[in-house]
Amino acid sequence: MTSTSLITEAPAPAFDVLSVREDFPALHQEVHGKPLVYLDSAATSLKPQAVIDAVSEVYAKDCANIHRAVHLLSQRATVRYEEARDKVQSFLNAAKKTEVVFTRGTTEAINLVAHSFGRSAVREGDEILVTELEHHSNIVPWQMLCQQTGAKLVVVPMTDRGEVLREAFEEKLSDRTKLVAIAHVSNALGTVLPAAELIALAHARGAVVILDGAQAVSHVEIDVQALDCDFYAFSGHKLYGPTGIGVLYGKERWLEGMPPYQGGGDMIRSVTFEETIYNELPFKFEAGTPNIAGAIGLGAAIDYYRAFDQTAVHAHERAVLRYATEALESVPGVRLIGTAPGKVAALSFLMEAAHPHDVGTIVDSEGVAIRTGHHCAQPVMEHFGIAATARASLGMYNTTDDIDALVRALEKVRELFA
Amino acid sequence: MDLRELYQEVILDHGKNPRNHRFPEPYNREGRGYNPLCGDKITLRLQLDGDRITDIGFIGQGCAISQASCSTMTEALKGKTVGDAEALFEKFHALVTGDGGSGDEIEELGKLAVFAGVREFPMRVKCATLGWHTLNQALHDEEGVAKTE
Repeated sequence: MTSTSLITEAPAPAFDVLSVREDFPALHQEVHGKPLVYLDSAATSLKPQAVIDAVSEVYAKDCANIHRAVHLLSQRATVRYEEARDKVQSFLNAAKKTEVVFTRGTTEAINLVAHSFGRSAVREGDEILVTELEHHSNIVPWQMLCQQTGAKLVVVPMTDRGEVLREAFEEKLSDRTKLVAIAHVSNALGTVLPAAELIALAHARGAVVILDGAQAVSHVEIDVQALDCDFYAFSGHKLYGPTGIGVLYGKERWLEGMPPYQGGGDMIRSVTFEETIYNELPFKFEAGTPNIAGAIGLGAAIDYYRAFDQTAVHAHERAVLRYATEALESVPGVRLIGTAPGKVAALSFLMEAAHPHDVGTIVDSEGVAIRTGHHCAQPVMEHFGIAATARASLGMYNTTDDIDALVRALEKVRELFA
Repeated sequence: MDLRELYQEVILDHGKNPRNHRFPEPYNREGRGYNPLCGDKITLRLQLDGDRITDIGFIGQGCAISQASCSTMTEALKGKTVGDAEALFEKFHALVTGDGGSGDEIEELGKLAVFAGVREFPMRVKCATLGWHTLNQALHDEEGVAKTE
C-alpha cells in the first residue's frame, strides 16, 4: 500500500500538522525501541507544551488558594482561575459565566446533575431516556437515580451502523420523560448524534436534556445556546488539557433552583450552627479547594486549540479518518464496528485472526498505542454480540503516516496468528 | 521486547484449538471466570471423585493467552489431586508474575512453562491466570464469579 493511493482529500492548507506535532512533547519518544504512534486520544489526548507550562507555572509562581486570602499570590491565582472560566464560557458559547461549573470531569458533572437536579426533580413513574451507545458514566448515575426515586430507565436503540435515529428516539419519548441523557459523540463508535434535533424533540415533550460531550469537544463545534441543551458535560483531558478537571454547563434557570451537590468551603455565604446560606452560582457547586492548576491548564488548552481554524482542524481529522477507514478495510479479516455516516475520530474494529487483546499487545510492540476492551460501553458490545474491540482514535496531531504504522503493525498480527 | 517469547507456538496452537473445550458429563464442580478488563468469560466444569479430578473442561471466549492457559491447564490437571492442582497453580502464578521459580519448579510445570514470557507483559498476567482463578473457585465451591480484579 502506498500513502498516495488512498488519499482522497488533502488536509486543509491552513492546518500544518507537522508543526502541531512539535507542540506535543509526548509524541517525540520511543516505546519498545520504536517511535511512538499515539492512536488513543479518545481515552485521553496528549498535552501541548503550552498546557504543561501553564500548569507548572501555577505551582511555580501563583501557588495559592483562590477566593480567600488578600495576599497577591491568592489574588493572581483567583484571577487566573476565573479567566479559565471565561475561556470555557466563550468556548461553549454559554450565555453567562455563572453557568460554567468546574468539576473533576465528565463523570462528576453527570453525577452532579443526577444527584442535585435528579433527586429534586425526578419522581416515581418518571422516565429517564438514554441511548444504547452511552458510556457507562452516562448510564450508571441514571440507574442509581432510578433506584432511589422509582423512575424508569428507557433505552433508545441504535442501528447496526451505530446511529441513533430520530424515529427511534421519538418512539421512546413520552410525556413521562423527565430527563434525556445522551452522548453528543459515541466513544466506542465515533457516531455524532443529531443533538440539536433530539433536544428540540425532547423539549417539545417537556423533558430536560443533558449532553455527554466527553468525546465531542475536540472534534465538533460546540455551541450550547444553538444546541439549546439544558446541561453539557465534558472533561479537560480529552481536549488537550489536564486530567482531573472538567466542566458542567447548566442553564441558569436550572442551576439556580438546584440544591448543592456537596457541602464545604467556598460554596457558602454564611454558616452558623442554625443555618447555612449557600453561595451564588457557580460557587454553590464548587465545594472545597478546586483543581486550580487543572482549571488554568484547561484554559490554556482552550487557548491552544482555538488558535487554530476549527474548520481546518476538523477537516484534517476527517481526512485522516477517511484514510484510516479505507486502510483498515483493505486489511484482510478486519471488520469495522460502527459505520455511521459523518462519524468522527474513532475506529473500532475486530480482526478475524486475533482477539482484540492480542491485537493490542502486538501493535504496542510496534510502538502503536490503541485501546482494546469494551470501552466502558458494554451495551454497545452486547449489541454487536462481541466482548471487546480494538479502537484507534485520533487527535489533531495524527497523520496518515500513523495509520500506515498501524496497518503495518496489523500485518504483524496476521503473520503471527496466520 | 520479543513477541515470540509471549506467543510461543504451543500458546498459538492451544489458543486457536483449545483442548477440553467442552463440558464433562457428569460433573460436580463449576466455576465461572470473568476478566472485566477485556470481557473474557469462561465456565469451567470438573468431576471430582474423592480428591481426584477425573474429568475437566471449559467453554469460553477470550484472547489467545487466556484460552491457551485454560486449555493447557485442563490437560495438566486431568487425573491430578486437588493438592496437586493447588501446588501447580502456585508455581504457575510465580512463573507468570516473575516471583522467582527455581529450575526444578519450572520443570514440574511441564508444558505450562511456555507461559514464562507473560512476566514481561504485566498487563497480560490476568489473561494467563483467569482459568486458574476459576479453577480455584470451582474447587472450593465459592459463590459467584471469579474475577481477575
